[in-house]
Amino acid sequence: MLTYILRRLLYSIPVLIAASFLIFMAVSAMGDPLAELELNPLASEETIANVREKKHLDDPLVVQYGYWVKDAVTNGFGTPLLTEEPIWNDLKRVIPHTLALVLAAELIALLVGVSIGIYSAIRQYSLFDYSATTLSFLGFAMPVFWLALMLQIAFTNLFLAWNVRIFYTSGLSSVDPGTGIHWLLDRAQHLAIPVMVLAVLQIAIYSRYMRASLLEVVNSDYVRTARAKGLHENKVTMRHAVRNALIPVVTLSALSFGALIGGAVITETIFQLDGMGNYFIQNLFNQDVYPIMAWLMITATMIILFNLVADILYGVLDPRVRYD
Amino acid sequence: MTDHSLESDRTLASQGALGPAALDDRSLAYESGLEVETRSQWTYARRRFMRHRLAVGSLIVLILVLGAGLGASWVAPYPYDGIDLENSGVGPTFDNWHLFGTDLLGRDYFSRVLYGIQTSVQVAFIVALLAVVIGTAVGAVAGYYSAWVDNGLMRFTDLMLTLPGLAVLLTAAAFLGHGSPYRVAIILGFLLWTTLARIVRGQFLSLREKDYIDAARAAGAGDLRIMFRHMLPNCLGPIIVFATLTIGLAILLEASLSFLGFGIQPPTPALGLLIAQGQDVSTDMWWLVLCPGLTIVLIVLCINFVGDGLRDALDPTQRIRA
Repeated sequence: MLTYILRRLLYSIPVLIAASFLIFMAVSAMGDPLAELELNPLASEETIANVREKKHLDDPLVVQYGYWVKDAVTNGFGTPLLTEEPIWNDLKRVIPHTLALVLAAELIALLVGVSIGIYSAIRQYSLFDYSATTLSFLGFAMPVFWLALMLQIAFTNLFLAWNVRIFYTSGLSSVDPGTGIHWLLDRAQHLAIPVMVLAVLQIAIYSRYMRASLLEVVNSDYVRTARAKGLHENKVTMRHAVRNALIPVVTLSALSFGALIGGAVITETIFQLDGMGNYFIQNLFNQDVYPIMAWLMITATMIILFNLVADILYGVLDPRVRYD
Repeated sequence: MTDHSLESDRTLASQGALGPAALDDRSLAYESGLEVETRSQWTYARRRFMRHRLAVGSLIVLILVLGAGLGASWVAPYPYDGIDLENSGVGPTFDNWHLFGTDLLGRDYFSRVLYGIQTSVQVAFIVALLAVVIGTAVGAVAGYYSAWVDNGLMRFTDLMLTLPGLAVLLTAAAFLGHGSPYRVAIILGFLLWTTLARIVRGQFLSLREKDYIDAARAAGAGDLRIMFRHMLPNCLGPIIVFATLTIGLAILLEASLSFLGFGIQPPTPALGLLIAQGQDVSTDMWWLVLCPGLTIVLIVLCINFVGDGLRDALDPTQRIRA
């Protein structure tokens, strides 16, 4: 097991290098770093020359890639186009916010989605099953940003019309959030709607997946054996069937991390949360390629890491999987 | 594999389902020299699809909505940019047929949504077409030759999976999109083909080993003829299902891009853009967000149901929805 993890970690290194090369080449091919500056009447010739010098833009692309990697490793991904603050300082601030958001959404989605899936599978073709199916189809067809906006409108109007403040509809915290438990409560009130928005699609996915997976397991021999030896039906499902049916869902939840980060881009923009997604969109508007490349690199690293976690979890949960 | 299910359908029909009476009828028909209707694969697929009531209903709704969108210049009660300051900010009402209300400038949102459907659906169709052509070509070559092309494709798709799709799409659109619907469509098409390439590759890998391919080769058929004449028709089911679901996905993605400001730019009406334009005043005029959004949900929902029906009809072995 340990050797397997080590080998997978080693294997991640060439993948990371390939990903960084792909990111750098693709972004460089698409966006000229100076395009925005050259259009700006306020930017002098001197500024442009300075940036050209700082980012080694006169060198061939492969050499630029070398400088970029060196900056990324030694200097916190280098600096943005115009300011001298290392990009990592911004990333360091926003990453925890996004991780909190994504992890909360993921946990809630797993809890709710798996429960719905189990109940749907046990009571197949019941009213509950049909409603859950319909709702999950609605979830698949709903644009994330639209759901976010509708909830924002609803809760804003709730506050404006009746002065009821259940959840805040923008920002990470109030002007004066307090300390300790008050701070935590304030943060929860701010994050509740974004977490809900992010969780909806995941709930739809997990419940469908769990239902299908459990229905597949329920017909297997060992479940029949468990029934035959007289176990109570609840015990058969919860102890024998659900445990095995959970395996693909748990793996899927680790793999869906990338999709969640993508969803967080939209959600954070709408609710003006100071997270990774918001940072990404701002820099896209500024057409500054350096923070974008750093952002893509960080997310790629996280996704590779979570894929590794998925593989390891799969082995831990399912002893039939052999590592050789 | 479609053949297998057809076999089972046929045996089912001749044995249990129709009963002995039906069998007698059939043998009677043979004896008295009556023509027995021959049914192709597609006849069976169509029958299976028609039995799927939800899918058929969705298809009808879809045709109505898309028809209204494509014929917007005849159907819409107002032009999409017609300003009417006397009727600004009207909620959804039957007066003057402002079914979806009007915005601050008094532009009728029902008309704007119809024109928006036109743009969004055109974009989605181009995306699906592009993704199908590229995905089929790459998947076929990778599955048929199964050498470095195959290896390269698999490594490339693995690598693409390490990046968040939406962020890659946003980056491409921000630098290359320039607000033109066609550019947005091309970018989306070039990013969405990898799933289909994997599906077609898998099919080709198993089809390649079939006896009838050996027979075709022995008869002197070239690689291209074998690939497109003998193997591709057997993959049409999954390809059609993919194309349908991709249209829905493309509508959602294009709406998200346009909403964030990296997709289609005004004055071209597109569904995501309409929501973005309504966002600023959405606290008062909620209908500007609600109505275009519900339209997206309705269209994508219908497309997904139709896709599911098609999957059951054309590709019966693939039941689990990912």
